[in-house]
Amino acid sequence: MSRETLIDLIYLVSATTFLIALKGLGSPRHARRGNMVAAGGMLLAVVATFFKYVDGHALHHVWLILLGIFIGAIVAVPVARFVKMTAMPQLVAIFNGVGGGAAALVSITEFVHIKSSHPATYVTLEVLLGVLIGTVSFAGSSIAFAKLQELMTGRPVTYPGQQIFNGVLGAAALVLIVTILVSGSTVLLWILLALAFVLGVAFVLPIGGADVPVLISLLNAFTGLAVAASGFTLGSNLLIVAGTLVGASGILLTRLMSAAMGRSLSNVLFSAFGSNITASGATEREDGRSVRSGSPEDIGVLLSYASRVVIIPGYGLAVAQGQHVLRELGELLEGKGIEVFYAIHPVAGRMPGHMNVLLAEANVPYEQLVEMDEANTELQTADVALVVGANDTVNPAAMDDKTSPIYGMPIIRADLAENVIFLKRSMRPGFAGIENELLYNPKTLLVFGDAKDTLTKVVATVKAS
Amino acid sequence: MGNALLQYATVLILTIFVGTEIIAKVPSILHTPLMSGSNAIHGVILVGSMLILGSATTNLEMVLGFLAVILGTLNVVGGFVVTDRMLEMFKSKPQERKAKPEEVSE
Repeated sequence: MSRETLIDLIYLVSATTFLIALKGLGSPRHARRGNMVAAGGMLLAVVATFFKYVDGHALHHVWLILLGIFIGAIVAVPVARFVKMTAMPQLVAIFNGVGGGAAALVSITEFVHIKSSHPATYVTLEVLLGVLIGTVSFAGSSIAFAKLQELMTGRPVTYPGQQIFNGVLGAAALVLIVTILVSGSTVLLWILLALAFVLGVAFVLPIGGADVPVLISLLNAFTGLAVAASGFTLGSNLLIVAGTLVGASGILLTRLMSAAMGRSLSNVLFSAFGSNITASGATEREDGRSVRSGSPEDIGVLLSYASRVVIIPGYGLAVAQGQHVLRELGELLEGKGIEVFYAIHPVAGRMPGHMNVLLAEANVPYEQLVEMDEANTELQTADVALVVGANDTVNPAAMDDKTSPIYGMPIIRADLAENVIFLKRSMRPGFAGIENELLYNPKTLLVFGDAKDTLTKVVATVKAS
Repeated sequence: MGNALLQYATVLILTIFVGTEIIAKVPSILHTPLMSGSNAIHGVILVGSMLILGSATTNLEMVLGFLAVILGTLNVVGGFVVTDRMLEMFKSKPQERKAKPEEVSE
């Protein structure tokens, strides 16, 4: 077997391990092993690449490659190990961004390298697509990171003529691509790079904090596609397979997420959601309706005498770092023979499935985490729905108020339970800035204060009763 | 248009279908690890970066290639480590309740 065939065979093994990893994610039981298998496959591919011949010679600059890998690894490992779980979305965003950046660099360098040999038009097209998509992903992910890390405002950034400006940018990029295809100019390639960067930033600015999870998922798909484009240029099946897998998964997740919010993808990307809603919410509040508020002790008693409790956590729980106390409360109630479930809305948290990870970190067994549809069935017979730090995902306005911006979003039907308890920091509306009718419902009991403090007091009451 | 291109296109199309099929089966509780795991997988661009740097002939190519290797490594290593950390936390009930004799069934 020739050296090249052997290396290609190893690449095939690596590609297979990636598929195994994704398949492993079908259940929490096999997921971790799958991820390790894929990491092994990746290591194999990297090692094999050191022995590859390019342009008829062995790899040059091997020490430089090793140095680059060393620098990357020494930065990535501590960051990935020690960042808090609530900060996971921005971490995924930034790792995604650097991947997109790498793909763009690979495409540019390849263009510079092969330009003198007058490559076929389709090769140049692959290069340009790689540069465009990779750079948009890099710039977009960086802005998404800044929004999530609160280095800049999480609200949509809008200005007059924004849509037109973005449209012009997109059109300019396409014109530039065609021009480069015809002329083969390297100077124009650098202009395309700059333009793609501006496009990535401009594209992400008007997207509000609540929609950033959908955005990250889409940018993940972009990076995948950029990697696949590089794979075409370099003639590597491994890159094509891996990139396409990620592209497909990103697009699928993006669509699932938009559907979970009852909105179309274009609405998520272009409507600057959340920029002008708080104003209308404020006027509605002045009609003098009152809410029923209670103490943590009231809640402790109410929970102790229930037979079925559904807990509906939102991002506010994670902000208050109350997951561990919540799990303690859940276990206490179970010890009393009370059925306890956690109802998880698909968009709870800051990325798809984020709330599940946060609860898993607090040692909540995954069997107790139920998805929205199942939760809504359970809620019909539940005595208490305990809403902790969630708001929009239980807002009935999504079902009956056609004027509401969240109209059409599937919600968790907390209103179906016999009693509803809200643990809230204040009467302020949630992330999307919309008033919640459920707060004024006579069967709703509100407890104001820090979720962690309140839960600690509730736990004490339940223990005593 | 060469045969090579056709072969790559074949791989692309088949992967789209296989990928969609597999990913549609991932339950929503694992969507965050899925995103992070697929994030790690596109770090395979590191292999591309190595080939680029390994065939660099000018200083410009060397600088760009070197940057690409660093970014690609960040993506691969960071992606896999984060995913592993997340998946490590998903535990089932029996392991969790080892200290307690009264097993609560679903």
